[in-house]
Amino acid sequence: MTTQQNGRLTREQLDAFGEELDAIRQRIIADLGEKDAAYIRGILKRQRQLEVAGRALMYLPPAWPLAVAALSLSKILDNMEIGHNVMHGQYDWMGDPALNSRMFDWDNVCPGEQWKYSHNYIHHTFTNILGKDRDIGYGILRMDEDQKWHPYYLGNPVYAFLLMVFFEWGVAMHDLEVENIVNGTRKLEENRALHAGIMRKVRRQALKDYLLFPALTGPLFPLTLAGNATANLVRNIWAFNIIFCGHFPAGVETFTEEECQDETGPDGKPTESRGHWYYRQILGSANITGGRLFHILSGNLSHQIEHHLFPDIPARRYPEVAAEVREICERYGLAYNTGPLRKQLGSVARKIFRLALPDAVRGRTTPREQEHVVEPAAAA
Amino acid sequence: MTVTERILGSRTLAALTSPHGVDRYLELVNPMWAATEVRARVSDVHRENPRSDGPEVATLTLQPTHTWRGHRAGQYVQVGVDLPGSARRLTRCFSISSAASRPGEEFTLTIRAHEEGQVSKFLVRDARPGQVLHLSQAEGDFTLPVSAATPGPHRLLMISGGSGITPVMSQLRTLLRDGYDGRAGRPVTFVHFARSAEDQIFADELAAIDAADNDVDVRIFHGDSTFSADLLGRLLPSYSRTDTWACGPAGLIELVRDAFGEDNPRLRVEFFKAPTVASGSAEGAVTFSRAGASVPNTGASILEQAEGAGLTPEFGCRMGICFSCTSRKTEGTVRNVLTGEESSQPDEDIRICVSSPVGDCSVEL
Repeated sequence: MTTQQNGRLTREQLDAFGEELDAIRQRIIADLGEKDAAYIRGILKRQRQLEVAGRALMYLPPAWPLAVAALSLSKILDNMEIGHNVMHGQYDWMGDPALNSRMFDWDNVCPGEQWKYSHNYIHHTFTNILGKDRDIGYGILRMDEDQKWHPYYLGNPVYAFLLMVFFEWGVAMHDLEVENIVNGTRKLEENRALHAGIMRKVRRQALKDYLLFPALTGPLFPLTLAGNATANLVRNIWAFNIIFCGHFPAGVETFTEEECQDETGPDGKPTESRGHWYYRQILGSANITGGRLFHILSGNLSHQIEHHLFPDIPARRYPEVAAEVREICERYGLAYNTGPLRKQLGSVARKIFRLALPDAVRGRTTPREQEHVVEPAAAA
Repeated sequence: MTVTERILGSRTLAALTSPHGVDRYLELVNPMWAATEVRARVSDVHRENPRSDGPEVATLTLQPTHTWRGHRAGQYVQVGVDLPGSARRLTRCFSISSAASRPGEEFTLTIRAHEEGQVSKFLVRDARPGQVLHLSQAEGDFTLPVSAATPGPHRLLMISGGSGITPVMSQLRTLLRDGYDGRAGRPVTFVHFARSAEDQIFADELAAIDAADNDVDVRIFHGDSTFSADLLGRLLPSYSRTDTWACGPAGLIELVRDAFGEDNPRLRVEFFKAPTVASGSAEGAVTFSRAGASVPNTGASILEQAEGAGLTPEFGCRMGICFSCTSRKTEGTVRNVLTGEESSQPDEDIRICVSSPVGDCSVEL
């Protein structure tokens, strides 16, 4: 992992930095075309083939592990390289209703419509701003020093494990903001419409995976049911691990609302400059190194930094701009957080355990974390 | 309905293929297999005006998927084309020129290649037999309420200009096809205006229809003989009390409307939108069609201008990343403030937080 002191950037530096990233963005957008269309259609075709193969192989009990593997891969591709990216609007420019962010829904109990609000808007706009980005610990975990410790967090590792196993359910419940209902800042009625949407999607997903497909295999019902449940579990574990490596490895920074307000908006209120938004996206995200297949299976979220800079650009483009982004980071003295999966995962796991304990017990900050104390960037 | 069709449309299959739907799987095997969506394969392309030096016109014969529910004479269909080289699918409306079709039956589109029209140019010049197009079901109520199978004494009047002949041609063909002994079953006056004899499409067929004893009176005018109330009055003194279908460019339809008088219930019209040209500045007006409001264009983002007009459109990031504010621009040119790119496509989905109007612009808000 590259770690270096994140320097303050001056107003001028932030502007120049933002312009360099805007230039990359524009270059890729101007170049979008048949290759991107062929790529996503190819992935879509492969996913549908794996799904059909997985469903069909359930009829052959000896091939059960193969059936589960095919179905797991299908669900992983469907949720990550296809669902996550299509629902980001990365392929809206194609004008194909099947690849349009407003039409697409994924093979997951979370209704795409609700996920888009909390993810595309809340998480991607307010990335790693404490109190604004609900993806910091998902309202369940303590994933940042600046979240105040509470005896509840002694269960941090247990909650994380449960969230991993039931990840799609966690994602579906995320929009209900249960923590805000508990602390009284959200009313139960506000959830009524969301609740109905979740239940509709849950019914459809459960009907398909836990009733209809098992029933179609007749006497193999229990085996098929177990196979489908396992595929959902495999997808849950994979997605959880990739996603937790995106923002929680050591060195990833969080921000306060105030330190992001480095500019005065047209309405006279303090706001964040485009340069600082880019700056925050880079320091608030972490990449995972790996081969081409690994990147595809992660939905290219292994390029979390590039994804956060350009969330609406087809994810297959992230690897090609990564070197350039890294070079820009080096020139501006910004940490570009990357490393192999085991290293990033280890770092996340340590954080989950460490932050379960009160600050007094484990000492307030380790030297490494001190290095990453957030400095107000260009606050002057 | 065949057994296959019944299975494809079943609720069980829909539940098994949720959330993507049956068609997302079928299309991977064969684009002509579908459960709900409509697609068509081009089976023939025929140039209609080979001697013209004006825009080319071609008739495309389409074999639709079995999901096509058929059309009534005078209706149009939305045609989506994946334009080669750009991977972008553009969708435009075209009137159907063949007689009314039954479910799954072939039909034809007769299209003029407009210089600014990417879809019409592609269909007329580049489409070849085998090309697959994405369709809607037939739409529109510019239709004939009568059938030639039940003859009557009431006269019908059809007025068209240029390629506006297509829906009324469909109506005329339907009457002659369905009538007893090739007759329309009622007096029909068919008036058409074309640029020149070379540009006249369906010329031979119209001449044959006019010559035959079939109740139809065809009157074609070329070049300088443009529409006027006087001209129509000479052809048919009682025109304003005659059931009339008129289709053509907006200019012609304006004249026809004036001739028939305000809100004349006898007159049904259909016209083409004239393409708008970008003025390149913060001029013109922004129209919010759902709210029925129109404000002078300030050059700010459409989201800000809508809010300024008292509307509350949905929004999220306000910086072009989250797609919460995506809305349909029906007409006009917008500039993407992030890329500077301008787009004049009609019926285009845009992110209103990062789009500012260039001249007149209409958005579904």
